[in-house]
Amino acid sequence: MRLLRDLLRTPEGAIGLGILAALALVALFAPVLSPGDPLRIAGRALLPPFTDPAFPLGTDRLGRDVLAGILHGTRTSLAVGLAAALAAIAIGLCVGLTAGFAGGLIDEGLMRVVDAFQIVPSFLLALAFVSVIGASVPVVVLAIALGAWADPARLTRAQVLSIRERDYVASARVIGMHPAEIAFREILPNALPPVLALSAIIVAAAILTEAALSFLGLGDPNVVTWGSMIAEGRNILRSSPSLSIFPGIALVITVIGVYLFSEGLTKAFAGRRLEP
Amino acid sequence: MTLLAIENLSKRFSSGGRAVAAVGDVSLTLEPGETLGLVGASGSGKSTLARILMRLLPADAGSIRFEGEDWLSLSGTDLRRHRARMQMVFQDVLGAFNPRATVASVLDDPLRIHDIVPKAGRAQEIAALLDRVGLPASYAGRSIREVSGGQRQRIAIARAIATKPSLIVLDEAVSALDVSIRGRILELLVELQEERGISYLFVSHDLAVLRAVSHRIAVMEAGRLVETGPMRQVIENPQSPAAKALVNAVPRLVTQPTEGPFHDV
Ligand SMILES: Nc1ncnc2c1ncn2[C@@H]1O[C@H](COP(=O)(O)OP(=O)(O)O)[C@@H](O)[C@H]1O
Ligand SMILES: [Mg+2]
Repeated sequence: MRLLRDLLRTPEGAIGLGILAALALVALFAPVLSPGDPLRIAGRALLPPFTDPAFPLGTDRLGRDVLAGILHGTRTSLAVGLAAALAAIAIGLCVGLTAGFAGGLIDEGLMRVVDAFQIVPSFLLALAFVSVIGASVPVVVLAIALGAWADPARLTRAQVLSIRERDYVASARVIGMHPAEIAFREILPNALPPVLALSAIIVAAAILTEAALSFLGLGDPNVVTWGSMIAEGRNILRSSPSLSIFPGIALVITVIGVYLFSEGLTKAFAGRRLEP
Repeated sequence: MTLLAIENLSKRFSSGGRAVAAVGDVSLTLEPGETLGLVGASGSGKSTLARILMRLLPADAGSIRFEGEDWLSLSGTDLRRHRARMQMVFQDVLGAFNPRATVASVLDDPLRIHDIVPKAGRAQEIAALLDRVGLPASYAGRSIREVSGGQRQRIAIARAIATKPSLIVLDEAVSALDVSIRGRILELLVELQEERGISYLFVSHDLAVLRAVSHRIAVMEAGRLVETGPMRQVIENPQSPAAKALVNAVPRLVTQPTEGPFHDV
């Protein structure tokens, strides 16, 4: 709660949180705002935007409602972005904590794996993964997470290594605290904040990666996504640019929202540490 | 009976290819209720010795007997249980506390871990500990970040006495505090000693601080113990060059009438 207050005190945090809250509401209420399958043919093909009140943003080549696609696409983008980031953070935390606490050969081994994943461009990794296994939402989530867990793993390990040497950990040892309690009560909660601040960046990257995969036709074909809408509109970019522009704007707003939120979060954390 | 006997303790660090003998062949003893002031220039190995004693660092060689136990051979649960008898107060009044801790949780930890009082009586015991170190019981609910440096050091002392130890190691425990607060913290330590018979190993680079609390003084230089003796003797008639340098570093340490000492010698 205090963190929320600190967050809202920064302009970035307030605007970012506002954008994300609006997007979350849209995602949540998409079926209410625009009932029915967004992929169904709803009216005349290639209706320009702002001409028909029934289709405020027009229709695409097959007569599908563009606004419905964008509203429902919010769901896919946010869900895939959040799930992928969550998976990446979870894997990263586990690996980073194990490496940081175990040290020695285990640490060496795990960090070489982290190196390997950091060297391979994450988009290529996702691309290869989806091409081989086939496109569906869980596979896309996993593919994006695979390319994103290395950073949180490295950061978590660095945090553990640094906090382990602090006097308050020595003080906990001195009073005879059990090593497991030291790990989970003294070290872990203090190691988390920067990793969580990183997670917002990972969400933004995951949303972009998902859009890029969909754009290349490697997204789940059964759900509507902004990436696939942009790809769809690309074929008739000259005559109906709005088909690509609207989902593009949605994507940009989302990524900016996530980015501002993460900036606000970082500042809020930093502000707390500066407090006397 | 001797409370603590350190014999031929050694510890080397190798950093960047060259080895540093942080502690070299140090032997010393401590009696119950006694304060040994360990003095030395910065880098002379005082903290390393204190950390080995607290089992925060392994020693390379040597032995420690504490309350009749072979202290360095204890491990695991056994060690954790025995830790109740030897506590430590750190220099860094901020860094020694988990930033998420409250005053109550700082004091609750030792009571819970060593089962000093049953759960139902803990709040009362925490209030009593706070009262003993001169803080109001209402501080229990505060975040550790909301109390001042001097108060934090009082809380650190309360945490250290919570397990009823026979020895407290104080590593530069007042060096980070304002001179005005220092005297009162030292006074509190001397009071607690007289009341409970606790021994102190008081580590400091500042002879003025040690003069106020120590019965005996041991002087360290480059990892070695170069001089040990009664407080007055070391200050008024230092033998080693290291001790002479430390005495000269504190103006009017000897000539000044002993206004401050809380011990009458
Ligand atoms: N973890 C460490 N690694 C390498 N060298 C160390 C380490 N800790 C202390 N030293 C070295 O050991 C010597 C003694 O340090 P320390 O015990 O902190 O001295 P003091 O507390 O008297 O100032 C110094 O030369 C210091 O650089
Ligand atoms: Mg030191």
